[in-house]
Amino acid sequence: MKYVIIGNGIASIGAIEGIRKVDTENEILVIGSEDSPAYGRPLISYLLAGKIGPDRLALRPQEFYEKSIVTLKLGITVTDIDIKARTVSTDKGESIEFENLLIATGGIPFTPPIPGSDGTDVYNFTNLKHAQVLISKAKTIKKAIVIGGGLIGLKAGESLFDRGVDVTILELSPRILSLAFDENAAALAGGRLAEVGLNVKCGVTVKEIQRDEEGNLKGVHLTDGNFMQTDVVVIAIGVVPNYSLAKDAGITVDRGINVNDHMATSADNVFAAGDVAQAKDLLFEDNRVIPIWTNAYNQGFCAGKNMAGAKIEFSGSLAMNSISFYGLPTISVGTVNPPEDDDSYEVAITLDEKKKCYRKLVFHNNHLVGYVLVGDIDMAGMYTAFVKFQMAVPEDARKQLLSGEPDVLMWPDDFFRETWNPETKN
Amino acid sequence: MKRVYPDKEYCIGCHLCELACITAHSKSKDLIIAYREERGRDGLSPCKKVFEKGDTCVAISCRHCDEPSCVAACISGGLYKDPETGRTVYDRDKCVGCWSCLMACPYGAIRRHPIEAKIVKCDLCEGRENGPACVEACPNQALKYEER
Ligand SMILES: Cc1cc2nc3c(=O)[nH]c(=O)nc-3n(C[C@H](O)[C@H](O)[C@H](O)COP(=O)(O)OP(=O)(O)OC[C@H]3O[C@@H](n4cnc5c(N)ncnc54)[C@H](O)[C@@H]3O)c2cc1C
Ligand code: SF4
Ligand code: SF4
Repeated sequence: MKYVIIGNGIASIGAIEGIRKVDTENEILVIGSEDSPAYGRPLISYLLAGKIGPDRLALRPQEFYEKSIVTLKLGITVTDIDIKARTVSTDKGESIEFENLLIATGGIPFTPPIPGSDGTDVYNFTNLKHAQVLISKAKTIKKAIVIGGGLIGLKAGESLFDRGVDVTILELSPRILSLAFDENAAALAGGRLAEVGLNVKCGVTVKEIQRDEEGNLKGVHLTDGNFMQTDVVVIAIGVVPNYSLAKDAGITVDRGINVNDHMATSADNVFAAGDVAQAKDLLFEDNRVIPIWTNAYNQGFCAGKNMAGAKIEFSGSLAMNSISFYGLPTISVGTVNPPEDDDSYEVAITLDEKKKCYRKLVFHNNHLVGYVLVGDIDMAGMYTAFVKFQMAVPEDARKQLLSGEPDVLMWPDDFFRETWNPETKN
Repeated sequence: MKRVYPDKEYCIGCHLCELACITAHSKSKDLIIAYREERGRDGLSPCKKVFEKGDTCVAISCRHCDEPSCVAACISGGLYKDPETGRTVYDRDKCVGCWSCLMACPYGAIRRHPIEAKIVKCDLCEGRENGPACVEACPNQALKYEER
């Protein structure tokens, strides 16, 4: 087989689309553990909340795979990669030869060891099965504890709450969303959740899960000494790269699978992309794992092109998150929490607490390297342009950005022309 | 493929393209009704935006990029590339209003629908006989619809 892809997530779709940009003929085989067509993983919270039905989960129509000459082997797990023999083995006992391999195995839920967590009614929230289980559970339960006040935890909590469950979210750090957002944005988001009736407790987590003699879940002991009764516990702290397959095969891994600027791993003709990969970063010198949707697609796309023989460099990952809390939209892109002791960063903030409107811009050496918007988000893309294209921001332009009015006429003339009105196609 | 190319040397900032856009995307196809009624009632809004800086103006909308950032960002499959036409297509029924595309498109070509959890993005007036309405409406040839 010319192209084999392990994993059927968004990185895999990116790779299929990337391969087909270069090679429209040779067959692609996708092997995925999950038994369903590739779906929008973030959509599982919309499904759990009852906002969408299962019919809206699939990312691409069936005909996409036919037209792209892709064979899907779903419900099948790759158990072993042999980088010398160039084969992968599956849990169905098959051995499949590859010329080019992509490892797009994503992440696995990070689960800290908590006494009492083995047993019923402790769940994760990272895939469709988890969502389905929680949907049926939600019909009978009254209370849920969610561990983790990051993006996935808040989404899980919000969705269960929408199903009528009394939810408490526990976050060990002093505030929610500590990775992707800053203090002000987190406070506005937290305020919105509290208004709606979700309980969020920060600086505290579960020390032990209490069960009765039959093993039924009773409640949780917290690190602050309190006990809370609950029917289910959802552990939603985040994901870690699912790289054991690669590591066992002798492929170099660090935090994730190491890849070069062409998304190639240390093994010949073996590539990696998505949540599992540690790849070039747009803003930083070192390679990083940035487990978000857009990066997974972009890395897959770049890997796909390289697998098909094009020598394309990855432009670099850029952290970006868009998440709404009951009608309060928030967006964060790039570096939003610069190191406090580094005065080469400059931060500018406007905050209107009444209107729940917040804007934070982070500059580094006269460039915009990150921003946060809460409430008024419509100009987000225009800010992203400055981060992504790394355009210098002179003093007068900085004022315009701060006033919430970035625009294309601020772009350097040549770049503007090339982008919007080129003489020939670029 | 044919795209709309804006020329800031010619744009006079009259906003006629925006009006033509909402008319073309209205139910009534009538400018007055679209502007007076559908705008307020249905949240009808233009896919184009005119930027002004001193005497310079330009009207921009989706570039229908070859490798679009919005498609990479879309969590629902609501945005995709049509391999036949080359257009960046929006499937309103699939969209969940997560605003990821709005954040990711560095051309500022996506906006929130004023009322619904949906986006507003140029569709090149899909199905319209005379091509994009904005191009037709521009009084100073500042918008060109052509192959480049
Ligand atoms: C609830 C939730 C909400 C999220 N919301 C957002 C959001 O709003 N924005 C955002 O940017 N990101 C969000 N994310 C993160 C985003 O979903 C991930 O970054 C993205 O899905 C990564 O894609 P991937 O293709 O790398 O991996 P995955 O989507 O994890 O797909 C990997 C696939 O590989 C399969 N697999 C693993 N091992 C094997 C094997 N050995 N053999 C065969 N198949 C295998 C897995 O079963 C899985 O289906 C969210 C995540 C969750 C869980
Ligand atoms: S919405 Fe933006 S990224 Fe998407 S095709 Fe249009 S201009 Fe390109
Ligand atoms: S707002 Fe709609 S079209 Fe845009 S990324 Fe989200 S689901 Fe896709």
